[in-house]
Order: sequence, then structure tokens, then C-alpha cells
Amino acid sequence: MLHEPQVNPGKDPAAAYKSRVGVRLFCVYATFYLLFVAINLVQPALMEIVVVAGLNLAVLYGMLLIVSALVLALWYDRACRREEARHQNQTTGDH
Amino acid sequence: MVLGIFLTFVLFIVGLSFYLGRQTKTSSGYYAAGGQIHWFVNGIAFAGDYLSAASFLGICGMIATTGYDGFLYSIGFLAGWVVALFVIAEPLRRMGRYTFADAVDAPFQSRGIQLMAAISTLVVSLCYLVPQMVGAGVLVEPLLGLAHHWGVLMVGSIVIVIVATAGMASTTYVQFLKGGLLILFSAALVWAVCARGLSTHPGDNGEKPFYNHRVVSAEPGNPPRPADAGLAVVEEHRSKTGRFALVEETGQNSARRTWWRVDEKDNTLNLVEGECQVNGKEGQSLINGMPASADNKLRSVGNISRLMGQKEATTGPLSPVGILAALGHPETTVRTWKEVRFDSQAGDKVTAYFPVETPGSRLLRPGMKFKLEGTALERLDFASLMLALFLGTAALPHILIRYYTVPSPASARKSTLVAIGSIGLFYVLTLFMGLGAMTNGVLNPADSNMAAPLLAKSFGLFLFAVISAIAFATVLGTVSGLIVAASGAVAHDLADRFMNLQLPEKAKITLGKISALGIGAVGIALGILFKGMNVSFLVGLAFAVAASANLPAIVMILFWKRATAWGVIASIAMGMVSSLALILLSPDLYKLYGLDPLKAPVALANPGIISIPLGFITLVVVSLLTKPVERHQHN
Repeated sequence: MLHEPQVNPGKDPAAAYKSRVGVRLFCVYATFYLLFVAINLVQPALMEIVVVAGLNLAVLYGMLLIVSALVLALWYDRACRREEARHQNQTTGDH
Repeated sequence: MVLGIFLTFVLFIVGLSFYLGRQTKTSSGYYAAGGQIHWFVNGIAFAGDYLSAASFLGICGMIATTGYDGFLYSIGFLAGWVVALFVIAEPLRRMGRYTFADAVDAPFQSRGIQLMAAISTLVVSLCYLVPQMVGAGVLVEPLLGLAHHWGVLMVGSIVIVIVATAGMASTTYVQFLKGGLLILFSAALVWAVCARGLSTHPGDNGEKPFYNHRVVSAEPGNPPRPADAGLAVVEEHRSKTGRFALVEETGQNSARRTWWRVDEKDNTLNLVEGECQVNGKEGQSLINGMPASADNKLRSVGNISRLMGQKEATTGPLSPVGILAALGHPETTVRTWKEVRFDSQAGDKVTAYFPVETPGSRLLRPGMKFKLEGTALERLDFASLMLALFLGTAALPHILIRYYTVPSPASARKSTLVAIGSIGLFYVLTLFMGLGAMTNGVLNPADSNMAAPLLAKSFGLFLFAVISAIAFATVLGTVSGLIVAASGAVAHDLADRFMNLQLPEKAKITLGKISALGIGAVGIALGILFKGMNVSFLVGLAFAVAASANLPAIVMILFWKRATAWGVIASIAMGMVSSLALILLSPDLYKLYGLDPLKAPVALANPGIISIPLGFITLVVVSLLTKPVERHQHN
């Protein structure tokens, strides 16, 4: 009993799709993050430039990194749910 | 009142643990809360687990002392969740059962992996445990008037009781409660900061007393001669960190000697008053020239000396954007504080804290802590930290085990989503709490970790009591999660799976509880040893160890079919040993040993940029050199 999973998830037909989307979104975010690190390493003075409403690039970029993580996460969840629903409908249709 | 609120909160948490503990009958219940936690509760509990002392005490403290550089931790800590959600969450939930070792071992069924993964879980959990314990000591000192080591001992004991009584179910609900309250009251604190606005007169716009440290001009000479007749320089100390003068101040009845910084700029010489602590050879301790006592402590510091070009200004209520714009204004100057240690001519140990006039534009961009315009090595150190923060989250054992407390992989994904939302909101708030502490004259120059609670204190004792109680619960909750993860490594991974002891259900739980006791005791000892180090910095190191030891194994098992059991074993060992060795030989640890940091064999403070790639390379090379075996399928 100890070695049994709490709930056996069974085979997930949407797993491959979810993994593909996850890796792509990870690459998008990682690029955005890397660019932030690169600017700081190569041209740190750029971060002082005031962009909008008195806020400089460092503050705006930092906040955007936080907000974009949530936006991409919501996007990913929506894509996963749609794919899971599609497979569920197919399974129901097959029966 | 402070003590009452604090004790009520702590007793409530312990009571909740006892109640939930009575319902835990199986090892599945103990390690994974029966896998029946709702995804929303689990998501907020994720936030509770993750928003540890490092986030609340450490980041706010670091922002309060080094500006934007502290916020880099917020950015990196949150970015790590992207790796967790997009790459790790669902596949790991499908592979594992209770622990990190279960997951990485699932495709191979290798005893070697079970052993290495269990050791790695123990090591990472202990690394993460140290800053939490340090944070506990820091909190209890001003709140209950207890010494640091008593604070650490108190937290350790309470947590051991919590974990030993209930395990993961109790930990989850404590974390849910704490995570929710932390975000709520942090938002309230930020609202109060915005409502107060900014002022060149800290302490509620001058209504509360604040000591403005003096700047006195002096004539050059050996020693310099202050323009103020009541002051005389009696000794001078010169080092790489600057010039310092021991200034004798003659009062009505007595003379007081304090250390000032000698500031030479554009042919003018100024003596800048600071705060100082001198420990004599015979054990006597002087604070600002007088014997240390309950009434004579280091004064609170941190203020705006020029606000948008004006020497005397008060803005009134500001929006969050308004706060950032006013502080980042090129003509705003903030007094930030630095620490220098040296020996006086008499052989006394001097710790001097002195103010630095920092322009707002420098404050709100990276560079105060991380020398981005410095040497290649200093920049490499920054890149190393950002890499470890990005990759560390998804490899923390106490975060990984939370994927097994929900019923399905989809629930694991949804809880991560809730976690990203709540943790992201909190990290945005840290910037305002840190800057609020920096400019409101509340900072203790000797310890940045108390910035957020002391900021709350400037708004009244009630907020201080609540924030301190939540901060204490933060430590309790995170330490509970870590100890559950570590005791799982001993009782489940080592005893049950690696040694195949075939213990009955009740004995497994008992072994887990005994392990919790032992791990808690080690954590207490290390927490006392590491007193005074910034908790965010220490957590950054734990992230580096986790990312180096665990992440290569997880990622390569998921995405590289050629990975072998030996490759995984070697990678975990290499990542763990290399990151630990680099940390133990780093300048910051040399400082802790009482040695000269410049003599440290490793110049990097953050090891990730070397040890993480080493983990990946080792896995690939060893896997290619060893024979692949058929994997067990986990979809």
C-alpha cells in the first residue's frame, strides 16, 4: 500500500502535447530572463533609463518578468485544459 | 500586547497540528497528506512553503540595504516557478509517489539512485534549514528579548513537535494559513507605506524621534582637525575599505570616543558620523563609545537626504508607481549603510557602520551589491546567482513533495498556477516593503533581516505584533516542510526502500518522527553557528546546491532517453559535492570561519555557474559510458 500512488493517473493521452507546449513556453520565458541578465552584464547603465511614468528599465523589466510568468502560466493551463477536454470528448465519442 | 498576539498565534498553530495529527494514521498520510489536498489549498500552501524567512525577512532586508539588488532575488525566485510549472510539475507527479527519490528512481528501480537521491534530499533540506533557523533567532531577539540561540532553539523545538505530531497534513494547512496571512498583511503594510508617502524627515514625517548623523568639515592633517571645537581626532585607521577616525567628543561631564568615516572629495575633507560597536580584549562591549546595555543600542538608520532635488520635502500619500518614480528620481539621494570591520591600535575589534549618500537612480538598478561594472569575476558571480535562482526552485525537495499531496497531475499543475499568482504578488510587495524600511529610519545597521517587522513597528505595535507572528509562522511552516522532506528521505527512501527493512506502517511513521527529531537538532546547531548572515544569501546557496544536485537528474530523465542509472547517480553526487565544496571555500564562508575572505581559494560567492553545468555534463558522459537498461514506463 505504501508504494502505491495516491491516485493512479493512468495513461494521459495529452501528456506529449502538454510537454511540448511547456517546453516552448519555458524557452520563451528563459529567453526573456536571459536578456535581462545579459543587459545587466553587458550594459548595466541601460537599466537606469527612465521608460515610462518615471519608472526606469530595471523596475519595469523586473515587474514584467514577474507578471509575464503568471500570464504564460495561465496560457499554459488553458492550453492543457483544452487538450485534456479534447481527448476526453474523443474518448466519450468512442464509447 | 505584542507578546499576547504572538503567543496566541503560535499556540493556535501548534493546536491545529495536534488536531490534524490525530487524523494521521498511515505513512501516506504522514508524508503526502493522503494525496487528498485540494489544488487551491495546495497552491497557497506552496506559497507558504516557498515564502520562507528568506523571502520575507531576507529579501526585504536586502532591498532595504542594497536597493534593487535585493529585488533580483524576488525576480529569480519567481522565475524558478516557470521551470517548475512548464517542465517539471506534471511529469514528476506521474512518476513519483512520496519523495524526490521516488521520482528519479521510478524509471530505473536502482538502489544506488535511492541512496544518492536520499542523501541529496537531506543535504539540500539542511542547507535550506540553516537560513530559516537564522531567521527565527533574528525574530525572537527583539520580540521576546531572548538571545539568538534561544530563538533558534525555540523554533526548532516547536517545529519538531509540529512535525512529530502530524506530518504533511498539518504542515499543509499551517502553510495555507500562513501563506494567505503573509500576503494579506504584506499588502496592508505596503498600503500603509504608500499612504505615508516619502519624506526627508523619517519617523512618520518627523513626528517620531530620529537621529540625524552629523557631517563635520575638517582641515587636512595627520590627524585631521574637525571644524567643530568639541571634537578631536585621536586615532586614524586606513585600509582598502577607506579612512576612519576615532573622534573624541567632549561633553559637559564626560568624553565619548566614536569611529567616524573620513570622506575626502574634491579637496574637501569631511568627517561622517556613523554607528560603531567596539569589543575590547577583556570582553567589554561599547556601543557608540558607551557600555552596551538595554538602553544603549545601535540607533535606527535609513533616510532620504534629498527628495527630488529638495533638502526638506514631504510628498504625502503616493501611489506605488509614485513611490518608485520619486525614489528613482536622479535628484533623490538616500542614506544607505555599509559595514566595515577592523582592529584599532589598542587591538580592540571595531565594527563601524557608516552612511553612504546613494542617488535614487543607482538605488533602483542593479549594482550596489553585485558589482556589475566591476571585474569579470564579479559579473560572473551575478550570472551564477541568477542561474541558480532560476533553476533551483524546481529542484527543492520540500517543494517537489508537495506535488504528491494533490490527487492528480492536473491538480499539481493547477496548484502551481495558484502558487505563481500568489508568490508573484508577494514578490512585487517586497520591493515596496524593502524601500519603505530603507527610507523610514527603522533599520538596524547590524542586521538587515529585521527590516520588514521594524517597518511594521513604525506604523504601530499591533501591525508589528501581527507581522512578527506571521514571520515566525513563516519560519515554523517552512522548517516543518523541510523536516518532513528530510525525514521522508531517512525513513522512506533510506530505511524502507534502500535498506528494504519492511517495517509495519506504524513503525514507518515512528521512524519518520525520530528522523524529524534528529534533523531538527542538526538544524538548530547550524542555525546558531550561522548567526548574522543574510538569510536570502544563505537560501541562494541552498538553491545552488539543489539546482546542481537534483535538477540535472530530473530534467535529463524526462527529456533524454539515453540517461542511465549510473549517469543519474554520478550527476547527483557531482552536483552536490562540487556545489558544497565551492560554497565551503568561498569568501563569505571564510569570513564566517574568521579568516581573511581575500584568501579564500574560490573567488565566487555563488557556485551555480560551475556546479550546475558540471551536474549535466557528468550525467551525459557517465550515461554514454554505461550500458542503458530498459526503463519502467510512467507515461
